[in-house]
Amino acid sequence: MVRFENVGLRYGMGPEVLHDISFSIEPQSFQFLTGPSGAGKTTLLRLILLSLKPTRGLIHLFGTDVTRIEADKLTDLRRRMGVVFQDFRLLDHLTTYENVALPLRVQGKEEATYRAEVKELLHWVGLGDRINVKPSTLSGGEKQRAAIARALIAQPDLLLADEPTGNVDPSLARRLLRLFLELNRSGTAIVIATHDIALMDQFEQARRLVLSEGRLHIYE
Amino acid sequence: MNDAKAFAAHLKKRAHHWWRARPHAANHPPLIPAESIAGRALVIVIAIMTFLAALTAGAAQLVGAASSDWQSAVAREVTIQVRPVAGRIIDQEVARAADIARATPGISGVKVYTREESERLLEPWLGTGLNLDQLPVPRLIVLRLDEQAKADFTALRRALVENVRGVTLDDHRVWIARLAAMAQSIVILAIGIVALVITATALAVAFATRGVMAGNRDIIEVLHFVGASDAYIADEFQSHFLRLGLKGGVVGGVAAMLFFLLASGLASAWVATPGGHQIEALFGTFALSPGGFIAMAMIIVLVALVTSVGSRITVRRTLRQLA
Repeated sequence: MVRFENVGLRYGMGPEVLHDISFSIEPQSFQFLTGPSGAGKTTLLRLILLSLKPTRGLIHLFGTDVTRIEADKLTDLRRRMGVVFQDFRLLDHLTTYENVALPLRVQGKEEATYRAEVKELLHWVGLGDRINVKPSTLSGGEKQRAAIARALIAQPDLLLADEPTGNVDPSLARRLLRLFLELNRSGTAIVIATHDIALMDQFEQARRLVLSEGRLHIYE
Repeated sequence: MNDAKAFAAHLKKRAHHWWRARPHAANHPPLIPAESIAGRALVIVIAIMTFLAALTAGAAQLVGAASSDWQSAVAREVTIQVRPVAGRIIDQEVARAADIARATPGISGVKVYTREESERLLEPWLGTGLNLDQLPVPRLIVLRLDEQAKADFTALRRALVENVRGVTLDDHRVWIARLAAMAQSIVILAIGIVALVITATALAVAFATRGVMAGNRDIIEVLHFVGASDAYIADEFQSHFLRLGLKGGVVGGVAAMLFFLLASGLASAWVATPGGHQIEALFGTFALSPGGFIAMAMIIVLVALVTSVGSRITVRRTLRQLA
């Protein structure tokens, strides 16, 4: 599904921030991406999302070498991934419903075909009564769940979540983890970037990708 | 044949896809917040630009029509000039020239200016009360041309030169050529001004689009991450800027149309005054032909298209640079 081979990245003429990163993510797998703050977890997620280009090395996404990928193909690959940002990145002028429906709307689907589905998902993440409010009136946890719902609505093959429990209390963090596990059981590969050891300890079977000083160590 | 069918099917599929994916379909709210776009300022700029372009086009049409009127008026007449020559009685020469003109096919009227009338023509330059007896004042014969039959000026000129001393025939070709050149220059100048104004509008739209994109970079990034294609994002901007362009274009274009209607009304009201006569002589009655209004309407459409296409090109180019 995702394969990195000796990937390196530097910003401009600065030092290399990621060195010789090699790993793969298999379908329906579950992994935590961890490491100290500033280790490059978000950078690695952005490489997977193709919002950064590696300085060296090869990246294959869903069987496609992305070195010289065309814009249309890039969009197709991104549509197979869902992403939950650390700072949610909800669009403030849209309602919760409109934010969650966004991935389907930009694919050109008619609203009638997804309205019920979006509402059902919002109920599932506990936002059934917050459908028509703007993100500014949502709590941190509600925003987090709206962001997760947006990442899931298009049923991606791969879900990338950047510190999804960073802004929520331990009880909600546990609920969110259960949500991710549920998703994983339904066939979505999951990568959760976190430095929350307590969260990782709740699911010890998960693979751990540990970033340290720009290098990746894998613990199966 | 099969290729044509396949191409038609492809176009149909693309159109169907675009229709379903178009921004604001099913009353979706815009993805780029309306308040983040300096819409009012841009509408004002577009309105001013359209007003200037439409005014230029209307003025060019007006001058073109006036010039055409002058040309046809001048072309309906030719002038015979008889200069006094020593040893000849000018009245006899004038009478002979008039007879030759009357006998020429295609001449419908001959008006011989008397000595007094000829002298009166000089009054605006020389003043009144002068004794012009000693001056060799030429005499004029104005010939009105028959609009049905075409006069043979070469034969007329030859006959006059052979029979009348000191005669010249002026068919006003030089004047007509100059008028045509002047009108053509004004039309070319107007096209140039309209092109400049449209270019300035396109540049203003490009700057505005870049400003909006810079201000909404986070939103554009999110749209990319949730699977929006560059074309979809460009559609979002294009439809918004098309509305702004249409709004500004209609305001500016209609203002220019009203200006000409008002000017035409005022010109009619002032027609009895000396100033009104001068203006009417230069520009006619300020009454634009339907063609003038159509040209203005086309400028409105052009401005709206330039606004929408300009924003699309800017968005696509900026997205490519971001990528």
